[in-house]
Amino acid sequence: MGMHNKTKSRLAGLALMAWSGMALAAWELNFQAPATKAAQTVIDLHDLMMIIIVIIFIGVFAVMFYSVFAHRKSKGHQAAQFHDNTLVEIAWTVIPLLILIGMAWPATKAVLNMRDTSQADITIKATGYQWKWGYDYLKGEGEGIRFMSLMATPPEQIRGAAAKGGNYLLEVDRHLVVPVGKKIRVLTTATDVIHSWWVPALAVKQDAIPGYVRDTWFRAEKEGIYRGQCAELCGKDHAFMPIVVEVVSAEKYTQWVGAQKQQMAAAADEGAKTFSRDELMSRGEKVYAANCVACHQANGKGLPPTFPGLDGSKIATGPKAAHIDIVLHGKANTAMAAYGGQLSDGDIAAVVTYERNAWGNKTGDVVQPAEIKAARK
Amino acid sequence: MEATHAHGAGHAHGDGHSHHPKGIMRWITTTNHKDIGTMYLWFSFAMFMVGGVMALIIRAELFQPGLQYVQPEFFNQMITLHGLIMVFGAIMPAFVGFANWMLPMMIGAPDMAFARMNNWSFWLLPPAGILLTASMFVPGGAAGTGWTLYPPLSIQMGIGMDMAIFAVHILGMSSIMGSINIVTTILNLRAPGMTLMRMPMFCWTWLITGFLLIAVMPVLAGAVTMILTDRHFGTSFFSAAGGGDPVLFQHIFWFFGHPEVYIIALPAFGVVSHVIPAFARKPIFGYTSMVYAIASIALISFIVWAHHMYVVGMPVAGQLYFMYATILIAVPTGVKVFNWVATMWRGSMTFETPMLFALGFLFLFTIGGFTGLVLSNTAIDVQLQDTYYVVAHFHYVMVAGALFSAFAAVYYWLPKWTGHMYDETLGKWHFWLSIVSFNIAFFPQHFLGLAGMPRRIPDYALQFADFNQVSTIGAFGFGLSQLLFLYVVLKAIRGGEKAAAKPWEGATGLEWTVPSPAPYHTFEEPPVLTEAKGHA
Repeated sequence: MGMHNKTKSRLAGLALMAWSGMALAAWELNFQAPATKAAQTVIDLHDLMMIIIVIIFIGVFAVMFYSVFAHRKSKGHQAAQFHDNTLVEIAWTVIPLLILIGMAWPATKAVLNMRDTSQADITIKATGYQWKWGYDYLKGEGEGIRFMSLMATPPEQIRGAAAKGGNYLLEVDRHLVVPVGKKIRVLTTATDVIHSWWVPALAVKQDAIPGYVRDTWFRAEKEGIYRGQCAELCGKDHAFMPIVVEVVSAEKYTQWVGAQKQQMAAAADEGAKTFSRDELMSRGEKVYAANCVACHQANGKGLPPTFPGLDGSKIATGPKAAHIDIVLHGKANTAMAAYGGQLSDGDIAAVVTYERNAWGNKTGDVVQPAEIKAARK
Repeated sequence: MEATHAHGAGHAHGDGHSHHPKGIMRWITTTNHKDIGTMYLWFSFAMFMVGGVMALIIRAELFQPGLQYVQPEFFNQMITLHGLIMVFGAIMPAFVGFANWMLPMMIGAPDMAFARMNNWSFWLLPPAGILLTASMFVPGGAAGTGWTLYPPLSIQMGIGMDMAIFAVHILGMSSIMGSINIVTTILNLRAPGMTLMRMPMFCWTWLITGFLLIAVMPVLAGAVTMILTDRHFGTSFFSAAGGGDPVLFQHIFWFFGHPEVYIIALPAFGVVSHVIPAFARKPIFGYTSMVYAIASIALISFIVWAHHMYVVGMPVAGQLYFMYATILIAVPTGVKVFNWVATMWRGSMTFETPMLFALGFLFLFTIGGFTGLVLSNTAIDVQLQDTYYVVAHFHYVMVAGALFSAFAAVYYWLPKWTGHMYDETLGKWHFWLSIVSFNIAFFPQHFLGLAGMPRRIPDYALQFADFNQVSTIGAFGFGLSQLLFLYVVLKAIRGGEKAAAKPWEGATGLEWTVPSPAPYHTFEEPPVLTEAKGHA
């Protein structure tokens, strides 16, 4: 009976999902609505190519299908025996070449424009991590702002235990906020494997390569929220590291920058504070859920051998210093990233405390932000 | 010579190999090109089934949003193995199988040039196939990197990655040996009077493919070896932290990977260049320009590799150069398509199954070629790179291109191999089911890519749900249709209408001068070519 009900509710969920899917931009046949001139250029180029291609395609296959219908043995058609015609052969080599050169010309202009990242108003670095994006505002208004942006879709929706929301898999906890009409240069890099920063409506896609910095740019023409995804296979949660760009007016952007600066100042004070074990444990659980759970799993058992467990592990039950070190600096040639640059002292103190006291780990250790600050040096 | 002759006199004259081993030992020790060709083809079909099941697992998971059947890690393993197995285990061995069976008969040679190496080339394949397939069951599972094996992701993988690397090494050895054999056979064992420009087109395509393989398989072997040493011996070829560059791997991989596309496509062109004239009852149009087109496609294929890498951040001059070079490939490819259409023009056509598959090939491969042209445009590719548009594009080239051509080849030559005609009605069913379900499976993927669905994801946003459902339905239809193919082939092996030496009215070439089924040994005495032109 239980199974039966479950199936039934699943079917109902499926029907609902199918319906809501259709209500969304379903059966979409073309590019997403463009929000930059570059995106419009891509659409125009694609339209032009499609027109040429379809004309040639129809031409060639009209000849073929005419032949298929007219020149068949069942109609008593006798085979001709010609097998060469130099003039025709030269023509169908040269004419396509000219058409192709015609196609390459506008493409060249588009490429040159696409790659001109000079004279940007704001420069933002996007860093790919397994499996989230980090943003640093490097230059221009908002300089100094930095935060991580994680997918906000709850796991229950992915597993099918809850109805899927409208922006399923395309929602994050913190949007990349930029002002409308300004040239935004995006530097991409990564810490672990290659990712790719892609927002279709802006027509930007740039690989984020560990150890190297690449760049791209966009200038959004209208305010709005534009959603994209990582475009380079980067491991198991490749599907779950979306990108959300929120384009706002200049005034709203200034307000947002102010609010961010305040929050960051509050977080910077933390290093001197001391927290209780309970405070650290509950905060640590949240940090763990946001950053560690994908590999090490909620039960701390990991997914060995690629992603080792923490429950009873040597690191999480051994000396504190080694534990703090691996969280701060990561482990080479594995998926274990260096979190020193991603998380605040308070967050790292909390998550290390949590890992040392969760599941079967009973070290009783409490790690304070000051220890992390010291370990960073 | 005398001594050999005296020794040989001790045996019964006539079939000097009548004492060859029976049962399993016949197949393990055989040096006969027909036996080896048969083994290649069955191996290829077995791998096609394994890779096909993996494809269906992928499509089942993508039937609806959310995770239903598999976890993301396993999904990634499936896409990796599906790609590697289909490319190296199914498609390539299929065309080597055709080459083994048909090349010696087409050029009037008694066997391949290096008969014992031929045996080795084949018997390297099963261990490689087993390594790849078994890597699913080791701790950590198979490589979850996609068939492109990009580092640093491939550095993170478990032992399954090492198994994939060794499998690629072994497959590479097999391919290199096989292609040296083919090139040598074609260059040295042609019957007197068969000049290069009188060779059947299939021989030409394989001659050039052989050179491509010899040139690029060592490059791939080098690339995966560098991954191996980065993984285990502390080198940093692809790690920036040690002074290396992850993008270097992509350059090396695609220097192999792009010619690889033509390694698969050229022999497919060769098959179609036999089937279309045979069923149009008219010589192939523009034989000479076909040969030049194949050669130019092969040459250009070496200088376009980075069009797979438009978004890695190469200099703008590089992006433009690779765009122009890639666009150039459309010219010789267009020449081939025009020549095939001109071959049909004013012919006297019939539409048996091989011809249907050849026409299906022509129609759908051209779509794949055109989407390739769209992708060659750097500005557009920025939107389409790593999306389902690319998945659709290369399945039009690989499945509707190479695989349909392989089906055409099987139906065309099956009477020669088995001595029986296959069931024409069922063959036609196989064609129509395949072409309809193929398009249901892959055409919608163009739209998914345009709308922004990345490839290699086990779960997707809701707006992609509808076309994914359609695609999955088509994929299952396509998979099931191939069981019909197996049935048709088995039926023809077991019996059926007796095939004449030349079962196709319009077929030309030496292979049709020997009885059907072809005797175990053919052309022990070279044939005499009296026709002005020997080619198809």
